[in-house]
Amino acid sequence: MDGYQNQADDTWEVAGHRFRSRLVVGTGRYKSLEETAAAIEASGAEMVTVAVRRVNLSDSSAPMLQDFVDPKRYTYLPNTAGCHTAQDAVRTLRLAREAGGWNLVKLEVLGPPPFLYPDMPATFEAAQALIRDGFQVMVYCADDPLAAKRLEEMGCVAVMPLGAPIGSGMGLTNPFMLRSIIEQAKVPVLVDAGIGTASEAAAAMELGCDAVLLNSAIAHAKDPVRMAQAMKAAVEAGRHAHLAGRMPRNYNADPSSPLSGLIR
Amino acid sequence: MADSIEITINGETRIIQNPATVADLLATLSLDTRKVAVERNLEIVPRSAYGATTLAAGDTLEIVHFIGGG
Repeated sequence: MDGYQNQADDTWEVAGHRFRSRLVVGTGRYKSLEETAAAIEASGAEMVTVAVRRVNLSDSSAPMLQDFVDPKRYTYLPNTAGCHTAQDAVRTLRLAREAGGWNLVKLEVLGPPPFLYPDMPATFEAAQALIRDGFQVMVYCADDPLAAKRLEEMGCVAVMPLGAPIGSGMGLTNPFMLRSIIEQAKVPVLVDAGIGTASEAAAAMELGCDAVLLNSAIAHAKDPVRMAQAMKAAVEAGRHAHLAGRMPRNYNADPSSPLSGLIR
Repeated sequence: MADSIEITINGETRIIQNPATVADLLATLSLDTRKVAVERNLEIVPRSAYGATTLAAGDTLEIVHFIGGG
């Protein structure tokens, strides 16, 4: 990045897909599909996560997500939410691939409540099975530099460590480890889960991650559309700050105004 | 040949006419084939094969679509 005019070129790429927006949003927990569509539009996101579930056989005329969030406009990233084994994750994403016709997926294999912390042994097993089956796997993982590196080496196309437990809104609980993961990664790093408000999204971007993924912070805000706008601005601000390079921290004051030329 | 067979769809037991293909079933259920995916006895049924896949008694189907998720 060498100047304001080149900012339009500041894109990121995962598995051959190029994106300008560094905000990836979930489509869950909204009051209605109309609100989902409005918030996603306001967020400027180009990629959205979606879940795969049984159709409602008793009401097949119920509106579907695709009618409100157009898969031709947004890159759908099907997730494995609710899957607790590698086998369930592979079955779910094979169905997603058939429904949508794409290979890019979000793998998440979670441990039990109350933390829903990533189950890393099961995540490794599922990642291996999915990669073998031809999927391009973006993987939700622990804020553990060794685990993230191993997932990258297995062939995951992006690693997505948590900021804090899913839906907790606790922000970045371990920025040092997130930074360690970012520093050593050769694939995109997305901070996924835990972001509660705009300043936390900006802080994640300042750490140098490629993008952030969030859902509840927008969907559970009092005004989701306004929070979506805030998140869009925050992610852009955090990215600019990261590229601009923050000033060093200093325990002593350093006056901004010259000390010479004072009147006597 | 029996006029009807029993199959399981999304965990529910259903009696359907016989013979019927996956395409027939989706039409009966008024489901848009472009927005769903079908698994039959743990195997994906490709969209291109809906018309040629005849359902058999005891089949277990999962019919899924995309919904909001994080």
